[in-house]
Amino acid sequence: MTSYIIRRILQLIPVLWAVATITFILMHMVPGGPFTQDKALPANIVAALNRRYNLDEPLWKQYLLYLWNLLHGDLGLSFRGDRDVSQLIRDGFFVTAQLGVLAFIVAAVVGLGLGIFSALNQNGVLDYVGVFFATVGAALPNFVMASFLIIIFAVKLGWFQVLGWGGPIQFSQALDPSAWEWKKMVLPVIAVSTLPAAYIARVTRASMLEVLNQDYMRTARAKGLANLTVIGRHGLKNALIPVLTVMGPIAAVLVTGSFIIETVFAIPGVGRAFVDAVARRDYAMIMGSTLFYAVIVAVANLVVDVLYAAVDPRIRYGR
Amino acid sequence: MQELELGAEIVEEAGWDLPTRERGLWSDAFRALRRNRLALAALVILLVLAALAISTDFTHLISRYSPYDQVYAHVQEGPSWAHFFGTDNLGRDNWARVLTGIEISLQIGIGTQIIVLFLGLLVGVTAALGGRTSDNILMRITDITYAFPDLLFIILLRSVLYGRDWPVLGEPRLQVMLAIAMVNWVTIARLVRGQMLSLAERDYVMAARTLGASNWRIATQHMLPNTLGPVIVAFAFGIPVAIFAEAALGFLGLGLPPPTASLGRLVSDGYVYIQVNPWIVAFPAGAIALLMLSFTFLGDGLRDALDPRQR
Repeated sequence: MTSYIIRRILQLIPVLWAVATITFILMHMVPGGPFTQDKALPANIVAALNRRYNLDEPLWKQYLLYLWNLLHGDLGLSFRGDRDVSQLIRDGFFVTAQLGVLAFIVAAVVGLGLGIFSALNQNGVLDYVGVFFATVGAALPNFVMASFLIIIFAVKLGWFQVLGWGGPIQFSQALDPSAWEWKKMVLPVIAVSTLPAAYIARVTRASMLEVLNQDYMRTARAKGLANLTVIGRHGLKNALIPVLTVMGPIAAVLVTGSFIIETVFAIPGVGRAFVDAVARRDYAMIMGSTLFYAVIVAVANLVVDVLYAAVDPRIRYGR
Repeated sequence: MQELELGAEIVEEAGWDLPTRERGLWSDAFRALRRNRLALAALVILLVLAALAISTDFTHLISRYSPYDQVYAHVQEGPSWAHFFGTDNLGRDNWARVLTGIEISLQIGIGTQIIVLFLGLLVGVTAALGGRTSDNILMRITDITYAFPDLLFIILLRSVLYGRDWPVLGEPRLQVMLAIAMVNWVTIARLVRGQMLSLAERDYVMAARTLGASNWRIATQHMLPNTLGPVIVAFAFGIPVAIFAEAALGFLGLGLPPPTASLGRLVSDGYVYIQVNPWIVAFPAGAIALLMLSFTFLGDGLRDALDPRQR
């Protein structure tokens, strides 16, 4: 298992290199430079700025310099406020991670719950409600969901607030209760979690239905076990294995969700930082956040694969 | 011959219905699709939406107003008989704007998938038949594309193309389609590759080869038609994905440049006035939802009809 994990991490290096290279080429192909403004800056200031950020070097040299710095863990400086990109990403991720983790918890609870109840009431009213939710939830874009949530619960009913993030923005505020405003957290979390919840519900229902018809379930019932024990111990435990596989893609969904939802709700996370960076051609920030997201998605997939082997003894990796 | 006719007579007397015509994959699929009421309803909704949307190109009979005419006497109005969906902050009619938006979404959803289909078939077939090296290259490209979160790559590609006035590529709709297609082709390429590789082992391919058919003939006449079912399903499921991507780009201000009324832009423009007039957001958001739901249900129906593994 350890050698498998090490091999997977090593395989990640060429992929990340390719991601970095493609992003580098693409972002330098974006028309205009970081200092292109409606009101042109004086030439000597632009020259000084270019020198400060190594933009006066030829592109291949900038590229090698970036890779060299990257190997040393240096993501470079953002053109906005001259701040360290790694610092900006760390700050942004502190917020994005809160949103992602909360949304993940909500999605897991709602999705598993709906999936299990749907399967136990197959073709009953609850099942149709569950399947309906799963189908509609999987097809609704998150910002459409967010729009309706905002109109109903913020504009019409006035229950929740929508601008900014209700959690702590800086790590030092995490334990300060006044930094937590749950009224600002509810709607973005629901908006991001709808799609993953629908996915989880769908997969849970399908795999639960399959498990319920297995011979060992009948055996467990025949032994005289209580219904709850049969479903919990024998059914759910086996039904959850396929659900694990969708957790990797769900990490990617949460990431994608963060771009748009953070823009909708003006949440200062990495997703919004990336969108802003592309608009301002903030090269180092674009590179930094792209690589960061690629690592997150890869790590999520790796964790899922490892968990998969841990839960299901039939799966063995490596030779 | 004699016996067979006799048999038919007996069957006729017994009042049995004999299938008179040959039933192939396609007529079977069409029957299955017709039985799926949800998919059929989705198809009807889509056809109606498409007809309404396309009508705006020829006549103002249905849209009634131009989506771009600004009437300052009527701004920020709610729905009424004069303006079905109300008006926006510049007094433009939202019904006309949403119809234009639906047309753009349909164009981009289907157009993107046509590019995706072309790229996916090309790469998938090449990878499956072109030997080990091309196969390896495709699989590496797939790995890399999967490592990028989709939307992030689409945003970058779209920014590269934004505002360019190159010949042909200067058309913003084509730029958006290309940006989305460059990410989405991977799914179909992988699917086609897998299908072709498994079909290559089938007996009928072997039979064709024994009869001396050329590789080209085997690939185009015997293998490709057999991959069509799953490819059509993937094509249909890709449409809502492309529509979502376009709406997301429009929402982030990277879609079609203003004043074009794409649905995503209508939603994001409406956010500014959501306190005053929530209808501005509700109608385009509802239109996106309706489009995506309909295409998803249609895709579900097609999958049930065409994918034998699901039966």
